[in-house]
Amino acid sequence: MTTAVSFQSVSRHYSAVKAVDRVDLDVQAGEFFAMLGPSGSGKTTSLRLIAGFEQPTAGHIEIFGETAEGVPPYRRNVNTVFQDYALFPHLNVLDNVAYGLMVRGVPRAERHRATEEVLAMVKLPGYGDRRPGQLSGGQRQRVALARALVNRPKVLLLDEPLGALDLKLREQMQEELKSLQRQLGITFVFVTHDQGEALSMADRVAVFSDGRIMQVGTPQEIYQRPASRFVADFVGSSNVLPPDFVQRYSGQRGWGSLRPESIRIQAEAAGDGVPARVVSKSYLGAATRVVLEAEGLRINAILPAGARLPEDGEAVVLTFNRENMHVMEEG
Amino acid sequence: MAAAAHSAILPRRGGIAGALSDAFWRHPGFLLFLLLTPPVLWLGIIYLGSLFALLAQSFFSIDEFSGLVQYEFTLKTYGELFKAQNLDIILRTVMMAAIVTLAAAAVAFPIAYFAARYARGKWKAFFYLAVMLPLWSSYLVKVYAWKLILAKEGILNWLLAKMHLTWLLEAWLSLPIVGGNSLSFSYTGTFLVFLYVWLPFMILPLQAALERVPVNLVEASSDLGAAPAQTFRNVIFPLALPGLVAGSIFTFSLTLGDYIIPQIVGTSRRFIGQAVYIHQGTAGNIPLAAAFTVVPIVVMGFYLWGAKRLGAFNAM
Repeated sequence: MTTAVSFQSVSRHYSAVKAVDRVDLDVQAGEFFAMLGPSGSGKTTSLRLIAGFEQPTAGHIEIFGETAEGVPPYRRNVNTVFQDYALFPHLNVLDNVAYGLMVRGVPRAERHRATEEVLAMVKLPGYGDRRPGQLSGGQRQRVALARALVNRPKVLLLDEPLGALDLKLREQMQEELKSLQRQLGITFVFVTHDQGEALSMADRVAVFSDGRIMQVGTPQEIYQRPASRFVADFVGSSNVLPPDFVQRYSGQRGWGSLRPESIRIQAEAAGDGVPARVVSKSYLGAATRVVLEAEGLRINAILPAGARLPEDGEAVVLTFNRENMHVMEEG
Repeated sequence: MAAAAHSAILPRRGGIAGALSDAFWRHPGFLLFLLLTPPVLWLGIIYLGSLFALLAQSFFSIDEFSGLVQYEFTLKTYGELFKAQNLDIILRTVMMAAIVTLAAAAVAFPIAYFAARYARGKWKAFFYLAVMLPLWSSYLVKVYAWKLILAKEGILNWLLAKMHLTWLLEAWLSLPIVGGNSLSFSYTGTFLVFLYVWLPFMILPLQAALERVPVNLVEASSDLGAAPAQTFRNVIFPLALPGLVAGSIFTFSLTLGDYIIPQIVGTSRRFIGQAVYIHQGTAGNIPLAAAFTVVPIVVMGFYLWGAKRLGAFNAM
């Protein structure tokens, strides 16, 4: 398999701030790769390093085997969908989308044909005459996507592209992005702080924190076998449990991660398990989140709709299957 | 405890101020009317009124023998504008205004670009100070200072002599039209002073316009494959165009109307402003002075119409 983007010990420091710090990363050609992390974790800076807006202060970047340091953005066959779309306000949709072809000297007739084609692909046929100001947020997002895709980039970078959309539209766009990516076979690198989005869309996810990559893996690996307390907590708000708790209830050594949905709540009389007390409940629709206190720890449990809900303040017993307690390699 | 503190609707504040606040809140148009009436009256009567009174004069004529104004409608005075010596004045002024505007744009752009894109904190303060400082001192002082700088015995000649470049100045001054006895008695001198005096009026609107061009549009352009020159031509320039037009309106119209700079620095040939000044003063030919006044207004009208046709205001 070809490597689309390769970071070799890449750093980007701003005087004292280590925005990206000795990051090693390989993105495979044709994969949907997500960079996940809280704000300020270095994921956007990493994206900007691939685009060429930033240059590494140390390390080596390759894009499809070619050295990328010192190469300006306009000489990289990489395109970006910006967070706030960055559409040119003085150009209509057609000229916005055709911009990349125009600056490369593609003849007018040909670029108009290609533009119409890609506008149809993002489901905006016939919108060429509109101005960006006349479009809704979702439509602008599609124009930004079309403007990048029309250049047939080797890598498409997406910087929190769905952040400004409402929930319904966001879910729809997630589907469409995924199917576009499969259809075009272009490598997508997607930056998001939304773990649900990363897990549902990506083939592989890199979890960032403080300028470093904490873990890279498939969504299943990241979710079920988090490598560290940070990943366990950030991805799916797992219950992070200290070694003594883990030792007592599962006989394993080290910090443990226990997913809220793998916890069952039983009446106190049931006996075996972790004695706990219900603190509060919140109704989520398809499930209910129950916050409990056990051994001085806050523990979240998710109960599916239809399960018996304990009362607030009720003394209960928590049980879980031993294999669901994941012990993390790092503290 | 007062019961009022617990009610959902608070009682009206006491006195006339309270009643007025409520009345203005209910009728915002009334407040606007009160606020706008004095300035509109000022502009309408004092400013526009006197302007139209002057313009009306341009449709009268002067009796050549008695030198008295004849209050009868005629286009004769406008006809006089097309006499060779008057047409000369108009063309000279419009050409000078156009060249000053182009030069101001060329000089202002890099300065404004630096201030908008790169200057931060202390540098930004320095920029504003450097651009505004000349505006705080008297216009006459600046013009006379330039006369000294450009004079034969002035610092510029001295400096060029020290650099052994006097031959260059001599060569320039020996050229037709732009040349002359010395810089302070040539069109080149007039041009330099115009450029200096009006430059801030070009820099400031241009800087404001460039500052409003989002950085991510520049990045997007580069991302899509545009080399810096292409980004400048296709993104930065069109988005900064309204600022450039605003600045050029200042430099162009200020040059069209000025009568002091060409009086102090330059040749004895007149500009429109001087013609207006002489005709309404010494010569007592108010109708011709008024007709000359119409010229910059018409020229500016065409200028704005052309700018709009070119799409200068599309990005506004």
